[in-house]
Amino acid sequence: MQIATMYFKDRAQLKLQDELLQYNLNKSKGKFVGKRAEAIRELDDFEATRDAAKSIRQRVLDNLDTWLEIFEENARARGTTVLWAETPDEVNRHVLDIAARHGLKKAIKSKSMVSEESALDHAIEAAGMKVVETDLGEYILQINDYEPPSHIIAPALHKSKEEVSALFAKVHGTAPKTGIQELCAEARAVLREHYLTGDLGITGANFLIAETGSVFLVTNEGNATLCTTLPKVHVAITGIEKVVPTLEEASTLLRLLTRSATGQSITNYVDILTGIKGAGEFHGAEHMYVILVDSGRSKVLASEVKEALRCIRCGACMNHCPVYQNIGGHSYGWVYPGPIGSVITPMFIGQEVAADLPNASTLCGSCASVCPVRIPLPELLRKHRETQVRLDLRPVGERLGLRLWTWLASRPALYAWATRLGVRVMKWLGGYEGRIHSLPLASGWTNGRDLPAPAGKTFRELYAARRRAGRQT
Amino acid sequence: MKVGLLVTCLVDMMRPSIGFAALKLLETAGCGVLVPASQTCCGQPGYNSGDREGARRLAAKLVEEFEACDYLVAPSGSCSGMVKTHYPELFADDPSMLARVAALAAKTYELTDFLVKVVKLEAVPGRFAGTVTYHDSCSGLREMGVKAQPRALLAKVPGIKLSEMNEAETCCGFGGTFSIKFGDISSRMADKKCQNIEDSQADAVVLGDLGCMLNIEGRLRRRGNERTKVLHVAELLAGETDEGAS
Repeated sequence: MQIATMYFKDRAQLKLQDELLQYNLNKSKGKFVGKRAEAIRELDDFEATRDAAKSIRQRVLDNLDTWLEIFEENARARGTTVLWAETPDEVNRHVLDIAARHGLKKAIKSKSMVSEESALDHAIEAAGMKVVETDLGEYILQINDYEPPSHIIAPALHKSKEEVSALFAKVHGTAPKTGIQELCAEARAVLREHYLTGDLGITGANFLIAETGSVFLVTNEGNATLCTTLPKVHVAITGIEKVVPTLEEASTLLRLLTRSATGQSITNYVDILTGIKGAGEFHGAEHMYVILVDSGRSKVLASEVKEALRCIRCGACMNHCPVYQNIGGHSYGWVYPGPIGSVITPMFIGQEVAADLPNASTLCGSCASVCPVRIPLPELLRKHRETQVRLDLRPVGERLGLRLWTWLASRPALYAWATRLGVRVMKWLGGYEGRIHSLPLASGWTNGRDLPAPAGKTFRELYAARRRAGRQT
Repeated sequence: MKVGLLVTCLVDMMRPSIGFAALKLLETAGCGVLVPASQTCCGQPGYNSGDREGARRLAAKLVEEFEACDYLVAPSGSCSGMVKTHYPELFADDPSMLARVAALAAKTYELTDFLVKVVKLEAVPGRFAGTVTYHDSCSGLREMGVKAQPRALLAKVPGIKLSEMNEAETCCGFGGTFSIKFGDISSRMADKKCQNIEDSQADAVVLGDLGCMLNIEGRLRRRGNERTKVLHVAELLAGETDEGAS
């Protein structure tokens, strides 16, 4: 995907002014947060399930190479071809090679964020093939000139049904619909044609099951089922971190994934695809490929933010992030928005181009408190900030300011004098109202807020005076 | 019992009344309170901005100043959270310091948590005629487990009514230097908080962290709201507000 992370501030500023987007974001926030809260109450011991999920994921990451080899061996034993891709380009090359090998003309695709990393759809089209996104949200974005997704599980969350209605009418040449059901029916009719004519099915994978070599997929629309069973070739593209040792463990993760994501006990469809169609079997692809994508993941594994690889892509962190809730996913400027995006994006595309992301957080901790696999997201954001200081990526003014503060705060006598002076100046600036309306060095604050002015004396002065008075009486 | 009061740099400069209110509450509870004169900043601004070395220097200074006390208490979930949850991480690679830090962390409390759990304060000096709403500041809530404690203490104030706002646990948008670096996003978050506060119809919003107070008060006034008071929970409990002390 085109990288726009360096324009974070400008983009966020525009999104804050976009009233329709603000309305749409507010609506979806209420749904996601409320439904998750209800769904986790169904579990007898939600916190213990989170502990279990964390340890399942961590156990894999601690020996990722071994689990990947076990997966590869078991997948091969069932006729699946396992391919490895170190870079986004390699992902696209593998897919195009497979298409050429089998003479494929038309890809039908279930939602895959990993394929967004390498802009796979564009590569497929550039190779002269056709590609159709079949997830409703992704389909909406595709027919809107490949608008980027703004959320990892609800890619078109930023759009209202009115916008979708106008888009469908324009692209499909139909009369505008008003109801969501009618819109879905229209998309279904259009997509059905594509399902029947596609010869390459492309999906992601929510999990890879090491013990069976299976691809584990959850959807609500059933589109992944159709994409993996109707075409003669199925290609699953996923990150190397998605492997899980056993089906039993995947089912523990599933209990948290769907509840954390959409507040469902389980999704409408769960597909477990194990190898190619055998003799006498009715369903399944004739050829199955799994592309295991690194694209920066092994770099994450070797870094201070490695815990981010536990992520099962539920989206709860962004749904509960007050920054995401206000600026939406497009502001972040790459594939993965929200807190998890701000942790992994700098690792995937570079700290320099994504420098704003780890800083654009209040570290409020809301994300970590809902993460089903207990990723300490604020700590990881802070690790990135430390890296940026080490790499000299912070602005000079910020660095000098911090250094001056530490220097001063290490010298109590000087500090006492400087703060005495500081609070007097601020009191004066606050005037009779006791409020500062504008501060040149802190316009970020005063553009949107007043700064309540201090009383004019520091606590330490007043306390010392009180102690002196106490001694005299 | 010797309680070390971590005044916090913000309170020292911006609102000393909170420090005196905390002092009064601790003394009311029968604690001997020590206020180390050389205290400055806990190091959190540097820590959250990626300046680990600067943060360690200030942390070591604070440990020195407070480790002789039986308890460290701060009228701030953010600064007490820094000591309790982040100091051990800062010194994870320094075994000799880590032992001292862990010992201090174990006896570090946010003020209302300390008043409820440790000294089990029965009666409070403050009184308030009106309705208040409580904002749960992030560090206090998520790092220090402060939620029921301030509400339990507020319930002891004669004349007070509590009206919970919507989304009381949602961040107000302060976030330290975030509020300046990403001022537009921060102001919007503050604005939504202010709306929820106003919708609660409370006469005052009460909270436990001065950073959030400055943010919320600053936004309320910029919105043209001159009515809603912004009070630190210690000020209200101690009766160190305009409403009158006991």
